[in-house]
Amino acid sequence: MLGKLDWSAIPFDQPIPLIAAAGTMVILGAVLVWVTVKGHWPYLWHEWITSVDHKRIGVMYIILGAVMLLRGFADAIMMRTQQAMAIHGPGYLPPEHYNQIFTAHGTIMIFFGAMPLVIGLMNFVVPLQLGVRDVAFPTLNSTGFWLTATGALLVNISLVVGEFARTGWLPYPPLSEATYTPGVGVDYYLWAIQISGVGTLTTGVNLVTTILKMRAPGMSYLRMPMFCWTSLASNLLIIAAFPVLTATLAMLTLDRYLGFHFFTNDAGGNMMMFVNLIWVWGHPEVYILVLPAFGIFSEVFSTFSGKPLFGYRSMVAATLFICIVSFMVWLHHFFTMGAGADVNAAFGIATSIIAVGTGVKIYNWLFTMYGGRVRFATPMMWSLGFMVTFVIGGMTGVMLAVPPADFMLHNSMFLVAHFHNVIIGGVVFGVFAGITYWFPKAFGFRLHEGWGHAAFWFTMAGFVIVFGSLYVTGFQGMTRRLQHIEVEEWRPWLYLSVAGIGVMIIGAFCQIMQLVVSIRDREKLRDVTGDPWDGRTLEWWTLSPPPHFNFAVLPDVHGEEAYWTMKERAFDMEQLAPEPKYEPIHMPKNSPTGFVTAFFATLIGFALIWHIWWLAILGFIGAYATFVVFAWRNEDEYVVEVDELVEAERERRAARAQWFGLGNPA
Amino acid sequence: MSSAPPIDAPRAPKPEDPYRLGHRAGGHGHGHGHGGHEATGHGEGGPASKWTITAFGFWIFLLSDIVMFSAFFAAYAVLAQSTAGGPTGRELFDLKGVAIETACLLASSFTCGLGSIATYKKNVLWTEIWLLVTGLLGFAFVALEFHEFAHMIAEGAGPQRSGFLSAFFALVGCHGLHVSVGLLWLGTMMAQVWIKGFRPPILRRLLCFNLFWHALDIIWVGVFTIVYLIGSGV
Repeated sequence: MLGKLDWSAIPFDQPIPLIAAAGTMVILGAVLVWVTVKGHWPYLWHEWITSVDHKRIGVMYIILGAVMLLRGFADAIMMRTQQAMAIHGPGYLPPEHYNQIFTAHGTIMIFFGAMPLVIGLMNFVVPLQLGVRDVAFPTLNSTGFWLTATGALLVNISLVVGEFARTGWLPYPPLSEATYTPGVGVDYYLWAIQISGVGTLTTGVNLVTTILKMRAPGMSYLRMPMFCWTSLASNLLIIAAFPVLTATLAMLTLDRYLGFHFFTNDAGGNMMMFVNLIWVWGHPEVYILVLPAFGIFSEVFSTFSGKPLFGYRSMVAATLFICIVSFMVWLHHFFTMGAGADVNAAFGIATSIIAVGTGVKIYNWLFTMYGGRVRFATPMMWSLGFMVTFVIGGMTGVMLAVPPADFMLHNSMFLVAHFHNVIIGGVVFGVFAGITYWFPKAFGFRLHEGWGHAAFWFTMAGFVIVFGSLYVTGFQGMTRRLQHIEVEEWRPWLYLSVAGIGVMIIGAFCQIMQLVVSIRDREKLRDVTGDPWDGRTLEWWTLSPPPHFNFAVLPDVHGEEAYWTMKERAFDMEQLAPEPKYEPIHMPKNSPTGFVTAFFATLIGFALIWHIWWLAILGFIGAYATFVVFAWRNEDEYVVEVDELVEAERERRAARAQWFGLGNPA
Repeated sequence: MSSAPPIDAPRAPKPEDPYRLGHRAGGHGHGHGHGGHEATGHGEGGPASKWTITAFGFWIFLLSDIVMFSAFFAAYAVLAQSTAGGPTGRELFDLKGVAIETACLLASSFTCGLGSIATYKKNVLWTEIWLLVTGLLGFAFVALEFHEFAHMIAEGAGPQRSGFLSAFFALVGCHGLHVSVGLLWLGTMMAQVWIKGFRPPILRRLLCFNLFWHALDIIWVGVFTIVYLIGSGV
């Protein structure tokens, strides 16, 4: 009846996951009780859970990503402390648990931390910057979000029901085959990633279509803000790379469930094929994450220097160059696995060449700041911190790209330090810059600057201490993923990295305090202008938070920096543009389709992990029924009448006129 | 921690940025310049129609689907010789049966096209008839494939036998699964057209279905050539 599921799946003998899970459930339960007592369910259901508004979905993605970032950070703390405590000893985490932790850390951070954060920002910002009212497929957008949440849920269920994979975040066969890993850990990994991967693919389709087919009148390609360009490149990479991940994991699933021989070490299977296929996805994935971050930095450097982005066109070219070349370097992840000198040389050169595109960007950002009036607000701090750390990460990357050096450094802590250097310094700093930059747009008040600066300095310092030490242990020959340590020389560096993670914990605490204090002082931090940073792109044209339809009338775009151009013209003419002609607009209706589909997807995933076949079939029938119900609805849009538009637009114009010091426009 | 740095620089109109690359004051930078007074740019007339957006988005999805198939093709190419002492394609493939399968699928694409002409003419009855014929041909294709698979498994040439057969069953089966899902979609579409008529969303879905069905044909041409023709050494 319940497949492989029975009471032995609950790890009663392991206190750490049990206590962690109990704590999580208590917090979740408390939140649910609070929501019920306060009677917030109708609001949550109508305004958030069933919302197809790209802004709401973007915010939900970011909340999911932030929670998972903390979850992955907890794993990181455990790994650092385990290694420091397990010098000539067992430490406090048994090997099978430790292996699950480093696997979960990588999986959660990439798929459920970084991806939702980046996708959330793209979802929120791109339609606003393009001057349109929503993404191309709003209900699909909601479905994509909830499927991502399903994946995150499945990974976290594995904490208490069964186990998670112990194979590392990319489950290399033959270890991940059923012969060597018979438990449900790898199955949790497979189905969680497959389900959330569908969500990611829908985002890719959605945003590419939005950017290529839905832009405000006059916004030609070379007038798009830089963040839209990098989002386009990132989503093109999603479309080209994620299907490969889906296929590869499907092959591993067939091996595990039906005894196929794709990657087995008998009957003609080829395990190197897995390594090739997974990195054909895995390398572009790095750029899927970091390109939108580059876009955020471009916006931030330009806004806070009070200057247009230097070398806009070369930036576009560099982005597309990285987009293409990122598909030609995957073999550098396994130089040591027998490809031969010629192949290694070709991929080593291709890898080094990518640094050219990144170098162009770095110089453009530097020249953007040159001669500008630089304001050191929190988003700018994260961006400057990024600039320093990312250059170091990039240079260690070029070191690793040299095959002979890679033979020494492969699988060492040097590698671990390198990719954290680029992913934390690039993606995470970028996301923090983006969140502090666009937070006032989303909620109508700014984040507290003092706590923001404190968060930056502690995070930056802790990060340098942790990964600086790990670079050194890498040079001393320490390999990655060690559960206990027998080399005395590594001791001081491992202790230092624990101290560093302590500093990072203070940084995380400052982030939380920043949010709490800002919500408490929101009236003091209120942004009445809709344009708190003196922005240059169209999202600052709207009030904060923007109305649900974003733009009462689609803006007419002249020139590269659409909103800046309008502001300059308003100053030249000493008045706002004349009031436009209003027409009623159609907006997509909210729909529970995404949430219900994700509910059935959770059933399907859980059932397939535990071999509960009847439940899986039931889940598929439910998902299909949801689909049909959605397809059958007669009304998929509602009309926003002119009255509401006029009211919203006059309010905006009054705020804008006051901000420009132009007197009353209406 | 309370000494927040100043953020709001006083907003003042500034002269042109002298550092700006590619920007010549007063020049005509081919539309990317900072014009301000030129007409709305270059035929970029705002968001495209829903019809275009839906079709374009579905194309993008199909491209991603083709990328997924390419991974299965790549796996097949890698494993084609890994028969582990088991049967080879030359011994297993019955080209005559596969030719009939192919004919069914190609014919179904033709009837699907006829259906789209009937839709264009706003003729519900003929649209339904051609969709039904498309579905029957598609079903015949899936049935023949199922029969071929059952026959191979009964002979001991199932996917568990060798890497080659794993890749074969996965690639061809993935295509068959797509056709089966297409049949489910087709049935749902027929019911929708019958009950709701040619409403704009339904017309867009019919367009997407047509694209999907033809894309499956293109993939099958690849399967037929690379797996069956090359595999049986013709």
